[in-house]
Amino acid sequence: MSTQNMVLNVADVSKSFGGLKALSDVDLQIEEGTVHAIIGPNGAGKSTLLNVCIGRITPDTGHVIFDGEVLDSHQPHEINQLGVSRVFQTPEIFADLSLLDNVMIPAFARRDGAFRFNAIQAVSGQADIREEAEAVLRDVGLHEQRHALAGSLSRGDKRRLEMGMCLIQRPKLLLLDEPTAGMSRHDTNMTIDLLKRLKQRGMTKVIIEHDMHVVFSLADRISVLAQGRIIAEGSPEEVRADPKVKEAYLGESEQ
Amino acid sequence: MDAIIIQILNGLDKGAAYALIALGLTLVFGTLGVVNFAHGALFMLGAFCAVSFNALLTWPIQPPKAEGQLFAPKAIPFMEHQFGELGAAIVNWSVPLSILIAIPVMLAIGLIMERGLIRHFYKRPHADQILVTFGMAIVVQEIVKKIFGANPIPQSAPDIFNGTANIAAWLGMTDAFIVYPWWRLIYFVFAAAVIGAVFAFLNFTTYGMVVRAGMRDRETVGLLGIDIEKRFTVVFGIAAVVAGLAGVMYTPILPPDYHIGMDFLVLSFVVVVVGGMGSLSGAVLAGFLLGILQSFASMNEVKSIFPGIDQIIIYLIAVIILLTMPRGLMGRAGVMED
Amino acid sequence: MFANLSRNDWLLFLGFSLVVLISPWTLTPFGAGYPALLQKFCIFGIFALGFNILFGLTGYLSFGHAAFLGVGSYAAVWSFKLFTMNVVPSVIFGIAAAGLFAVVIGFISLRRSGIYFSILTLAFAQMSYNLAYSVLTPITNGETGLQLTLNDPRIIDNAFAAPGAGLPQTNLFGIDMSGYPGFYFCAGALIICFFLTMRIFRSPFGMMLRAIKSNQNRMRYTGFNTKPYLLTAFVISGMYAGLAGSLMAATDPLAGAERMQWTASGEVVLMTILGGVGTLVGPVLGAGVIKYFENIFSSFNEGTLHATFAFLPDGLETVAVKLAGLFVGDGWHLTLGVIFMLIVIFLPGGIMEGIARLAKLAGVKRKSSRAELSAGSAQPAE
Repeated sequence: MSTQNMVLNVADVSKSFGGLKALSDVDLQIEEGTVHAIIGPNGAGKSTLLNVCIGRITPDTGHVIFDGEVLDSHQPHEINQLGVSRVFQTPEIFADLSLLDNVMIPAFARRDGAFRFNAIQAVSGQADIREEAEAVLRDVGLHEQRHALAGSLSRGDKRRLEMGMCLIQRPKLLLLDEPTAGMSRHDTNMTIDLLKRLKQRGMTKVIIEHDMHVVFSLADRISVLAQGRIIAEGSPEEVRADPKVKEAYLGESEQ
Repeated sequence: MDAIIIQILNGLDKGAAYALIALGLTLVFGTLGVVNFAHGALFMLGAFCAVSFNALLTWPIQPPKAEGQLFAPKAIPFMEHQFGELGAAIVNWSVPLSILIAIPVMLAIGLIMERGLIRHFYKRPHADQILVTFGMAIVVQEIVKKIFGANPIPQSAPDIFNGTANIAAWLGMTDAFIVYPWWRLIYFVFAAAVIGAVFAFLNFTTYGMVVRAGMRDRETVGLLGIDIEKRFTVVFGIAAVVAGLAGVMYTPILPPDYHIGMDFLVLSFVVVVVGGMGSLSGAVLAGFLLGILQSFASMNEVKSIFPGIDQIIIYLIAVIILLTMPRGLMGRAGVMED
Repeated sequence: MFANLSRNDWLLFLGFSLVVLISPWTLTPFGAGYPALLQKFCIFGIFALGFNILFGLTGYLSFGHAAFLGVGSYAAVWSFKLFTMNVVPSVIFGIAAAGLFAVVIGFISLRRSGIYFSILTLAFAQMSYNLAYSVLTPITNGETGLQLTLNDPRIIDNAFAAPGAGLPQTNLFGIDMSGYPGFYFCAGALIICFFLTMRIFRSPFGMMLRAIKSNQNRMRYTGFNTKPYLLTAFVISGMYAGLAGSLMAATDPLAGAERMQWTASGEVVLMTILGGVGTLVGPVLGAGVIKYFENIFSSFNEGTLHATFAFLPDGLETVAVKLAGLFVGDGWHLTLGVIFMLIVIFLPGGIMEGIARLAKLAGVKRKSSRAELSAGSAQPAE
C-alpha cells in the first residue's frame, strides 16, 4: 500500500475517559475506494474511533489525517465539509421535517458551504437540488414516502434515510456505525445491495458492524479492535483465519 | 473585617429565601421534569397564609356599648377578646404560628396543583409547561390581588425578636460593632433547618432514596414496580410546602404583596440555572452565593467603583457562570439543552 | 427578490395587506377602529413576527426580547432630539441600534442552548432594564423616561426652519404622524415585515433554521456551521423588535425603561404562542387578539357592566356584574391568565391550529399554506 491513495490515516491515536483507556495507539490506514470494516466486541472502542474521525472527540495523543489534512483542531462541520459523512448508530435525522427536506438540506451544505445567508431565493426554486434529492430517495427506496415526516418512519427506514442524507453529499469517506442493526433480514439485504452499488461508484467507506454476514459480503479489509487496540488487520480471509481474532472476538460473541 | 461579616450576614436571609425557592424548583424539575413558573406564586401564597392567619386572629370584635358612653369603644382583636393575655400573646406570635396552618394548606394546594394540572404536562414540551404554569401564576396572583388588595401588608415578628443580636460579642471581637436583626438570624436558621430536613428526607429515608433514584433514571425505577408517579406527587407537595414556609417566615422582613412571588421567581430561576438544572445542592449553594454577592454589591465602596453594580450583580454573575461553566455550578450534562 | 413566490404565497400576502389596510373600517364595529389601537396592533404584530423568526424557526426561546424594543425606542427618540422629527431616520436608527445590540447579546447568549440560553437573554434584558433606571440615566432619563424638550438641538430641522413654539410633532416628510397617517405608516411597516418574513420562511435560510430546531447535532455533522445561522436569526429578530420600538416612539415620542422589563418580554412570547408558533400569520393574530382584549377588557368598569347586564333580573344582575367584574378593568390580567392556560391546555398550536381544526371540521381539506391563507383573509388579521 502506498501512502498516495490513503484517504484516512489514523496515526497513534490514544484516548482515555477518566481512568478507562478507550483507544491506545491505534494505527489505521484506509485506502481509497475500499470498504474497510472495523469489528470487535462491545466496548472495544469502535464508536470512539469513529467519533475521533468526525471531530466529536479530540484524541489525547496522535493525529487523524484525512486527505492530507490533519484534523486535530477541526470543528465537526469543517470535517464534513472536507468530505467525511457519518451514519450514526441511533439515527440522527430531522424528525420534524419531510423526507425530501431531510435529503435536500445536506445537498445545500455541499453546494453552499458551512454558512450562507440565502434568504432571497425560495426553496421551491431549487429544482436541481430537489431532483437530486428525489433521485437519492429512489436509491434508498424511500421515494414513495417523500412527503411524510421523517419522525414517522420505522427505525430501519430512518437509517436508510440517514444513509441517503450522507450519500447526497457525495462524501470522499462515508462512516457507517452499525448500518443494519435492528433491521429485518430483508432490509439488511437491501442495505447490502445499496452499499455494493455505492462501492462500484468508488466511494470509500468505513463500516462498524456486528453482523458478520454484512461484513464478509462487503469488506475489502477488516481491522479487529479489542480493548482499544488493533489486534489484527487484513483481508476477510486472513482475519477469519487469525487465531487471535477467534480468541478475542468470536469467543466473546458466542457468550 | 467587620464590614465583610456584616455584608455576609446581610446576604444570608435573602440568600436563604432564594435557596428555599430554588430548592423546590429543582426538586420539581428533577423529579417531574416540569419547569414550574408558578413556584413563585407558592411562595406568595405562603406569605398570604401568614397574612390571613393574622387577620383571622385579629378579627375586630366590637364590645357592646355601655350605658352612658358617647362613643362605641375601640374594637378588640378577636383573640384578645376571647382569651385575654394569652390571646394577645398568640397574636404576637402569629407569624411563626401560621407555619402550622401553612403546612397543611400548602400541601393541599401543591397536591391539587399537581394532580389537577401539572400531571397533564409531563410529556409536553418544556415551553408548554413554562407557559401553562406562567398562566396559572398570573391567575393566582390576580385572585390574591382581588382579595387582599394591591398594597403590601406588613407583618410583625414576635416582640421578643425585635431588636438586634450583637454578633461581634459572640465572635469575641471586642472592638468591632456587628449587629444583626434577630428575626433575620432566625430566618436563616429556619431555612437551614428546612433545607437540612429536605436533604435528610431524600438521603436517609427509603422513600427519599427511591425519589432520588427516580430523578436519575425514572424508567428503571418504574420497571422495579414502584409507583414513582405517586411519590413525585408527594414531592411536588413538599416543594410547595418549602416554598410556602419560605414565604411565611419572610413576611416580617418584606411586607408581602401580590407580585412578591414573581419578583422572587425570576431571580430564583437564575439561581437554579446558576446552580445547575437538577442539582439540589447546586441550587442551595447558588442561592446563598448570589444573596451574599448581592449584599456586597450594595456596599457604597463597591458602588463607587462600579456604579449600578448592585442592580445587576445577580444577572452578571449568572452570565459569567453560564459562560464559563456550561452547566452551572453543579449541573449534569444533557439536562434541558435541547 | 420577487421571483419564486408561489401563487398561494402571493394570495396570502395580498390578502394580508388588504386586511391590514382596511382594518380601520372593518374593526370599527368591534370598537377598535381608532388609530391609537390600530397602530398598537401593527407595532406588536411586527414585534411578534420578529420574535417568531427566532423562536418559531430555531426553537431558541429568548426571554429578553423586550430589551431590543427598548433600545429601538431610545434610539428613535434620540434621533428626534438630535436631528430631525422625520420618522424615517429615527426608524433607521432604531433598527440599527437594536441590531447592533442584538449582535453583542446574541453572540454571547448563543454560546448556550435550551433554558441556559433563555436565562442568559433574560439576564441581559434585566441588566439593561436595571441600568436604564440607574447608571444610564444620562441616556435614558431614568424613571421619567426620555422625552422631547424645548432645548433639543434638532440640528437638521433647525437648519431649515426656525423652531416653532411648543414641542414639534413627528412627521414623515411633512405628513404629521398623529392619527391615521401614523397608523398607515405602521401598517406599511407591518406589511413589509410580513413580506420579508414570508421570504425567510420559504428560503433555504429558513429551512436551515428549522433543521437546527429539529436536530442541531445533525446539522453540525452535515457540514453546517450553526452559530452564524442562529446569530443571523437572532439579529434579524432583534431588528424587528427595534423597528417596533422605534415605531412606538414615532407615534408617541417618548421612551421608558418599563418597555424592557421581563414582563414585556413575556408578553411577546404569549402573543406568539397564542397565535401559533412557527406559523406566518399566527403571531400577528396573537398580538392583535391580546392587544384588543387588553384594550376592551381594561376599559370596562362597573357602570358599563351594569349596562351590559341590565337585561337580567336585579338579583342576577348584581351577581353577574360581580363575577364579570373580576375579569375586566384591573382584572384584565386574570382574564389573560385564564385564556392563556386554556390555550396551552387545549390548543397548544394556538389560534392557527384552532382555525385548522375548524377547517377540518367543516370538511374543507386544504394544504397548510391554503389554511393560512384563509385565516389571513377571514380573520381581522391586524
